[in-house]
Amino acid sequence: MTAFVFYLFAALAIASGAMVVTARNPVHSVLFLILTFFNVAGLFILLGAEFVAMIMVIVYVGAVAVLFLFVVMMLDIHAVTMREGFLKILPMGAAVALVLFAEMSLVFATWMMAPDLDAVRAAAEPPLTEMSNTEAIGSVLYTDYIYLFQMAGIVLLIGMIGSIMLTMRARVGVKRQNPHEQATRPISDCIEIKKVATGKGV
Amino acid sequence: MAEFWTEFLWPLILILLKIMAFVMPLLMAVAYLTYAERKVIAAMHLRKGPNVVGPFGLLQPMADGLKLFIKETVVPTGANPVVFLLAPVVTFVLALVGWAVIPVSDGWVIADINVGILYLFAVSSLGIYGIIMAGWASNSKYAFLGGLRSAAQMVSYEVSIGFIIVTVLITAGSLNLSDIVRAQSGLWFCIPHFPMFVLFMISALAETNRTPFDLPEAESELVGGYNTEYSAMTFAMFFLGEYANMILMSSLAVILFLGGWLPPVAVAPFTWVPGVIWFALKVSAVLFFYLWARATLPRYRYDQLMRLGWKVFLPLSLAWVVLTSVTMYLCGWLPN
Repeated sequence: MTAFVFYLFAALAIASGAMVVTARNPVHSVLFLILTFFNVAGLFILLGAEFVAMIMVIVYVGAVAVLFLFVVMMLDIHAVTMREGFLKILPMGAAVALVLFAEMSLVFATWMMAPDLDAVRAAAEPPLTEMSNTEAIGSVLYTDYIYLFQMAGIVLLIGMIGSIMLTMRARVGVKRQNPHEQATRPISDCIEIKKVATGKGV
Repeated sequence: MAEFWTEFLWPLILILLKIMAFVMPLLMAVAYLTYAERKVIAAMHLRKGPNVVGPFGLLQPMADGLKLFIKETVVPTGANPVVFLLAPVVTFVLALVGWAVIPVSDGWVIADINVGILYLFAVSSLGIYGIIMAGWASNSKYAFLGGLRSAAQMVSYEVSIGFIIVTVLITAGSLNLSDIVRAQSGLWFCIPHFPMFVLFMISALAETNRTPFDLPEAESELVGGYNTEYSAMTFAMFFLGEYANMILMSSLAVILFLGGWLPPVAVAPFTWVPGVIWFALKVSAVLFFYLWARATLPRYRYDQLMRLGWKVFLPLSLAWVVLTSVTMYLCGWLPN
């Protein structure tokens, strides 16, 4: 049963992944990307990593893909002009895929060849009966890996500040609301208070 | 064969029966929520509301449902038919799947999973897709603007809802919804976390696109927003989905802050009442707040909405997370 579900999710993930790059309409591509994320979340649940699966759905599907969809819908992209660039980008894409594949193979090869590394990998995951995996992640993330975790946060913060700096420009002649000014207007200027009898109306 | 029956078929039938036992009352609740909404708002406007179909107009939701069933579904020529028809289905299905983890009473839950609250958060963050897909696939400017507004609004308010949920999780020490309710047996979380309770109720209004945050379907400027082009059954599914989502968010508020199925005080006359009745009463009270807000408040301006979400709610909820964790740590109240 588990094997059947695994192959179902895996096959759907790969098929929708293929549709992401082959779909003619960019919006359809993003929708297929969402389907891929879902199937990957399903695979995580099969692995017993329900926390990662839920975070996957919340972060990637609930936030990242929404912004993708937002941008793709706003852009005026023609499928035909996209096709023309396809052959030009192909070698670059193939190179990236090759590097990724080589790196993944290296990781697996190290696990296979050095049995003592397996012990390191096993140490990080206490059995599910002892500890739920949310607890397990929390207990190492904020203790053993706190510096790396904080560093990742800082990198994200820098990225955020950078993108804000790049897109922010001071424009002249723009009328702006001043919330403070609006909130501190005297009540007598804006509303009139009337005593209304219950059930009567004004 | 016998093994196939006991191992696979019987659990499947049992789960299906459980799902039916949840979905049927839910759909009835949705139908009568629309009736309650019209009656409550009418009373607040000094009108009568629906009073013709059946006694006190009680059969009005049935008549409305039948009308939506038998009308023709129109797909606009310029629309993208697959996505256009998929959007209401996505909205409706997402509004129902969230109920899988809601405990309506002690042990009365379809799936009592460890990461229940995260699952619910994930489902509610997916609710955007139905609306944004509808806005795009309709190939209409009004619908598109409604969809984009909705996407921006829901993403903004989800962030603060996330932090509000974190404060509750720190206090309860569990991601399981039943455990969160049990942790409130001494004191409901709406008392120590009162500011977060207020923030959550307002964010829930924004998350479900209800007045005063109903900009995605602002009828005075966008005709009907994302559901401008929808008719008959496709519109009905959006409508049902929206109301089921309202009830879902109210249940979440009840579970996180109002002690779920627990009675207000655990003494004799209150403990005789079954938990599911307490749950339903509390959910109804929260839903009344939704309707009250709709009858009372004018619609927010878009920039005010964004300012409120990012510059007021986010810093407040973040500060409360820090405050809660520091207090819990210093007083040694942290669970386990």
